[in-house]
Amino acid sequence: MTMYHLIVFLPLLAAIVAGLFGRRLGDAASMAVTCVAVIISAILSWVAFYLVISKGMVVTVKVLDWIDSGSFSVDWALKIDQLTAVMLVVVNTVSAVVHVYSVGYMSHDPHRPRFFAYLSLFTFAMLMLITADNFVQLYMGWEGVGLASYLLIGFWYHKPTANAAAIKAFVVNRVGDFGFALGIMALFLATNSVSFDAVFGAAPALAGKTFHFLWKDWDILTVATFLLFLGAMGKSAQLGLHTWLPDAMEGPTPVSALIHAATMVTAGVFMVARCSPLFEYAPDTLAFVTVIGASTAFFAATVGLAQNDIKRVIAYSTCSQLGYMFFALGVSAYPAAIFHLFTHAFFKALLFLGAGSVIHAVDGEQDMRRMGGLWKHIKVTYVMMWIGSLALAGFPIFAGYYSKDMILEVAYAAGGVGQYAYIMGMAAAILTAFYSWRLIFMTFHGKPRADHHVMEHVHESPMIMLAPLAVLAVGAVFAGIAFHDGFIGHHWKDFWGSSILILENHKAMDEAHSVPFLVKVGPIIVGIIGIFVAWIAYIRDTSLPHRAAAQQPLLYQFLLNKWYFDELYDRIFVRPAFWIGRVLWKGGDGKIIDGLGPDGFAATVVRLARRASILQSGYVYHYAFAMLIGVAALVTYFFSAMGH
Amino acid sequence: MPLLSIVTFLPLVGAAFIFLARGPEEIVARNARSVALWTTTITFLVSLLIWLNFDNSTAAFQFVEKVDWIGAGINYHMGVDGISMLFVILTTFLMPFCILASWESIETRVKEYMIAFLVMETLMIGVFCALDLVLFYLMFEAGLIPMFLIIGIWGGKRRIYASFKFFLYTLLGSVLLLLALLYMYFIAGTTDIPSLMKTGLFSAQAQTWLWLAFFASFAVKMPMWPVHTWLPDAHVEAPTAGSVILAAVLLKMGGYGFLRFSLPMFPIASEYFAPFVFTLSVIAIVYASLVALVQEDMKKLIAYSSVAHMGFVTMGIFALNTQGVEGAIFQMLSHGIVSGALFLCVGVVYDRLHTREIARYGGLASNMPKYAAVFMLFTMANVGLPGTGGFVGELLTLVGAFQANTWVALIATSGVILAAAYALYLYRRIVFGELTKADLKAMVDLSPREIAIFAPLVIMTLWMGIYPAPFFDVMAASVKHLLDQHQTALAAAKAIATAAR
Repeated sequence: MTMYHLIVFLPLLAAIVAGLFGRRLGDAASMAVTCVAVIISAILSWVAFYLVISKGMVVTVKVLDWIDSGSFSVDWALKIDQLTAVMLVVVNTVSAVVHVYSVGYMSHDPHRPRFFAYLSLFTFAMLMLITADNFVQLYMGWEGVGLASYLLIGFWYHKPTANAAAIKAFVVNRVGDFGFALGIMALFLATNSVSFDAVFGAAPALAGKTFHFLWKDWDILTVATFLLFLGAMGKSAQLGLHTWLPDAMEGPTPVSALIHAATMVTAGVFMVARCSPLFEYAPDTLAFVTVIGASTAFFAATVGLAQNDIKRVIAYSTCSQLGYMFFALGVSAYPAAIFHLFTHAFFKALLFLGAGSVIHAVDGEQDMRRMGGLWKHIKVTYVMMWIGSLALAGFPIFAGYYSKDMILEVAYAAGGVGQYAYIMGMAAAILTAFYSWRLIFMTFHGKPRADHHVMEHVHESPMIMLAPLAVLAVGAVFAGIAFHDGFIGHHWKDFWGSSILILENHKAMDEAHSVPFLVKVGPIIVGIIGIFVAWIAYIRDTSLPHRAAAQQPLLYQFLLNKWYFDELYDRIFVRPAFWIGRVLWKGGDGKIIDGLGPDGFAATVVRLARRASILQSGYVYHYAFAMLIGVAALVTYFFSAMGH
Repeated sequence: MPLLSIVTFLPLVGAAFIFLARGPEEIVARNARSVALWTTTITFLVSLLIWLNFDNSTAAFQFVEKVDWIGAGINYHMGVDGISMLFVILTTFLMPFCILASWESIETRVKEYMIAFLVMETLMIGVFCALDLVLFYLMFEAGLIPMFLIIGIWGGKRRIYASFKFFLYTLLGSVLLLLALLYMYFIAGTTDIPSLMKTGLFSAQAQTWLWLAFFASFAVKMPMWPVHTWLPDAHVEAPTAGSVILAAVLLKMGGYGFLRFSLPMFPIASEYFAPFVFTLSVIAIVYASLVALVQEDMKKLIAYSSVAHMGFVTMGIFALNTQGVEGAIFQMLSHGIVSGALFLCVGVVYDRLHTREIARYGGLASNMPKYAAVFMLFTMANVGLPGTGGFVGELLTLVGAFQANTWVALIATSGVILAAAYALYLYRRIVFGELTKADLKAMVDLSPREIAIFAPLVIMTLWMGIYPAPFFDVMAASVKHLLDQHQTALAAAKAIATAAR
């Protein structure tokens, strides 16, 4: 047994203990077991990070045989390389922090053992995902986190909206997984293997090879990577498959921070980076990734402008930031994308947990229109939200400054579709700053809009919730300064080793450092503009937003209703599926198959029988039974007669 | 030691004991229950000896018993290989749980009920062990009779209609199967299955007709679209244990039949008809999943989900490659466990509220948390979540199909989305939501007897998902032999065709 076994399986063990014996052990013991397990995992993850990054100790540990069918051979294994080490740190750190925070946040919930079991189960599934050394285990972790997400979104199972959101999350993710699964099959067909090493090794030879489907020849790697990317779009809520993420906010807030901001939704980014040896040989897919990422970054930011639910604003912000990561991947700047994933995990988890602290203070209220003027009462939370927002908007020194600027620079440097991504990214940057400070101003400033009962009880959260915020705040401030040199500095190639492949002719990473000065300072300038506009609209002239909405009712409704994606999907997928199901059932099975088959036959028999009046008992099955025995007897007789 | 015969006929011995019991009805019922439980448990334990002594390295039939029976080449010939052995274990494994599940819910004619189940067990094991066509046919057809009675006597309100429909469909298949069987006997002069598996016995044209005749019988059993409509009715009307056996074992006879007869005996026809089977399979997957989405009756929903899952099986078998066939066998085994468990889950709430109407339920998570957890696990296995048995078979059949035909895999994979939709939608309506109705509030969580039933099934489902290697070890050699034979036969046929030209 190695340290890596402990890192991965401790959370599973804790989940089993809390899940199966939680009632008997009691709340305190269940929480202790899960928290301690994940904290140990987190500490060991930093040790692993040090070993892998500084000492170059890249290993793959086999755990158990899994599926072995002909050439389709898969093991359970833990692959620890630079990319995994970074993810281990992100996942386990945020998970540990969220576990501790939940002790305070969920303190009044009667189902805490179940909640903590789910959280730890999620952590385990996420660890399986990032330590996979083959596509099938990756898929297992992928669906495993989907299960945990489903369970946690629907944690308050008596709420119909939570149940609906849980199912939606699972099913929409399955749409992406549909592509993912087909991608795995295509790769198996092309390389006769599903292990990363074998598939990646075969990629250069596959480049440019085609297969015939429908009316034309398709490039194998382009198709396979495109299918894999469909999975990433579902899991990481990219444009088209993003609809589940805002609804997922029905889950408890710590869940939103851990799963729907810091870790699970970044699995798609991780997967594309992991498969860089494939994507690098599929330039068309990379261009597609860039366009989708850039469009998502912009789209989600526009929707974020008009939302009133504090968690939904942050959810759209997450969606938008994931878009940044994807267009960085699309221009072959995988290190930049992963670096943003790394910093984003800290400041976005901080924002969510901060929002949780706000919600906790105002007695469960999530609508910002019924907040306002809170800053005097919850000063620590207020400061935390500022830190998170500054990091998100990318202000110098803060973590986001290093990662987000780098992404915009690589997009600019890449040219081509990168230009589109750069423009969308800059536009989204203004909007990001605007909605972030809109959130701060609406929540903390102005006159209190909550009724006086709520205002009287506004209170700062307990230490057990504030301490985790402080840990994340440290990350949100220092993660950029401390790590940017390693992740994306001049020696990024040494840092990432062989875990990421970038072809020689994809130069965005190298050229990012030599972009014009204006491109470098651009994000800060637009950030300040965004904040300034938010200040005008929500502090100086508070009637401005209403006037703007009244002036542009169509645009406002369009944004408020999230570009009408939900309505569209309901019309073209959900309702038709139920309608077709009903038609097939009543019409296909009932009228056609049964009508022409057994029922029709029976009706005819009965009609004939009535005429002949030979049916005495009326029990058709008596006769049927007699016939069956007759057949059996006949056969026996026939064969025995032939035998002699 | 004739191990296979012992396992096959042990249940019959138990049935005889129950049959001979006399006395007041209540005592007879109690004795019948315990005798049945003991018999099935012992049968299972003895059947484990088959697995323990099974040689994974060979594709040949093992534990062979051959006794002259009717004469003229018709023998009592038993044996198992890597394809059939696990089905025997599946059958013996599930039977004790069926008896346990009927413990309280069957109150009338307990004696006859237990006899029917034990006789059925003998016949089902016989089907998987038989190495003679006549023996197989007798077991295969006679196995319907106890099931027919179980539905017709201990079934629900519309049991007559259901058993009639069940019978009518299977009759169609069995008549054609019988004709094919006679023809084969006339041509080959033997009904010995291993002999018939030697290639080149039947001309391409004869294969076509024989294949269709066998197909008629097996397609009904699977059941494949469009001859599936008996299944939802049969399930709805059958008592819980009947549904379990129906879904877990009887449905597997069709798939087993394809592997034992259609593929090795009619290779050219199998190749020829593969696209046809693919078409029916993907229709079954999509069609049945969509229909499952709108069901209002719990058992019907699971029945339609079975039809969809069996679509994966037929698709995998006729992909005619290692992953497809092994995936199909594995899918049948795991579906046996998972669908059986799902019907037991329905049984749990049916025993308490006596309705299967989905809308009557809701919010059971509040007062039945153990039940909610168990039901969740099997729902996820049904959806094919990795880590459960449901995933492995589904993935491999898809991988197999993808190699054979991209289109088929593409459409079949969409079934994965629909499965998530109907299964989670069902779970939500039963288990989640507010607990409002008074009669639901009064329902109690799983009893120790029910936990004893579910625990082994839970373990099996996880075992098959996490460490399925032992199952693949059993089937590997036989499947490889099957496919090699198939390729040889095709090559030979091609050579003849070229020579003729």
